[in-house]
Amino acid sequence: MNEETYRRPAPGRDHPSNDSPGYKSTARRAPSRPAVMLPHSLSEVTGPSLRATRLDSAENDLTRQRMAEPLGERIIVQGRVLDQDGKPVPEALVEIWQCNAAGRYHHPGDQHDAPLDPNFFGGGRARADAEGNYKFITIKPGAYPWKNHHNAWRPAHIHFSLFGPAFATRLITQMYFPNDPLLAYDPIYNSVPEGARARMQAAFDMDSTQPEWALAYRFDIVLRGRDATPMENA
Amino acid sequence: MSRALTPSQTVGPFYFGTLARSYHDDLAPAGVAGDRVEIELSLVDADGAIVPDGLFELWQANSHGRYDHPEDRRNLPLDPGFHGFGRASTDTAGRAVFRTIRPGRVPWPAGGLQAPHINVSVFARGLLNRLATRLYFDGDPALAEDPVLKLVEPARRSTLIAKRDAAGVWRLPICLGGSDETVFFDC
Ligand SMILES: [Fe+2]
Repeated sequence: MNEETYRRPAPGRDHPSNDSPGYKSTARRAPSRPAVMLPHSLSEVTGPSLRATRLDSAENDLTRQRMAEPLGERIIVQGRVLDQDGKPVPEALVEIWQCNAAGRYHHPGDQHDAPLDPNFFGGGRARADAEGNYKFITIKPGAYPWKNHHNAWRPAHIHFSLFGPAFATRLITQMYFPNDPLLAYDPIYNSVPEGARARMQAAFDMDSTQPEWALAYRFDIVLRGRDATPMENA
Repeated sequence: MSRALTPSQTVGPFYFGTLARSYHDDLAPAGVAGDRVEIELSLVDADGAIVPDGLFELWQANSHGRYDHPEDRRNLPLDPGFHGFGRASTDTAGRAVFRTIRPGRVPWPAGGLQAPHINVSVFARGLLNRLATRLYFDGDPALAEDPVLKLVEPARRSTLIAKRDAAGVWRLPICLGGSDETVFFDC
């Protein structure tokens, strides 16, 4: 059997270290032992496709899930789901969640003293098309405080979850906005190697901005690509 | 054109918004073939403290050992009611319970078969990357020849093997640290 495998990220180049001292919660939660290298078998090169998951038409429009429109700056967030060779990941399921314009999550665990918006739930799903294109309409999330350190604020961000084609390609990330002054102070953003951080920033997209209606941002997501070399039978 | 990978970030504390709508803790509704199993995963940190804001995902083959995925092209039956994906968050006791079926065996690239196993993803506030591990079933005769367990030092293999309790529930504690730290895979 000669499975096609997925390329392995170079350590320290793309992903954060689990143990990132600036982000305090990692201290008791980051495993202390190195992960065991696992050759790819069918278990890793397959993965949940969620093709059977049917989406409602409003799921990718977070401004139309309630009785009225939420407060805040309406935005379009769109992009492509690609692999490292620039090939589209067709029909990828993209899940997002975010706080409202005031910086508050629609969740009982969020005790930040900022108003809830009854018209904003903050969750959305979209299915990419055959070329990997996805699109959401939402409102720009606010910054919010957290207890990591004195005067800690998360930069505005949208959480993204992607499965890609395989167990090996599973990714949860966060999308940030360009030129946010809070990025410089955020231990979660800065847990990523310096050269890779900007990949988490969306680009302002004037061409897709709709007159009299909404600013647009572009956020491409790149998942692991196929390994060019066949797997060793070792 | 080559593109650089999008970096991983934590799932954060408040992920219930969207993900809760696609929780699946019952993977095998009535009619699905196979031995029914109830699995309880629990999540603790390096001090043994409960992690109540974690998320587990399961990925497994059906009882014939076939994955519901286009890349599994073997001539084995697919089960229309079974897709092999599970997802649930930990509760205030750090636990998540799944109902599923014991998977069949799947091949190993260098030859032979793997012991029945479920692939597990672990997410939590404070975890910047997805952690990947596996669940095997205690007492399975195929464990002794499983090629993945052989990659793990013998003293740590038990961290991957669920044990059946008196009520018949398969329990596997997942420890992010400490003396019983779970084996995680770079996959
Ligand atoms: Fe957040």
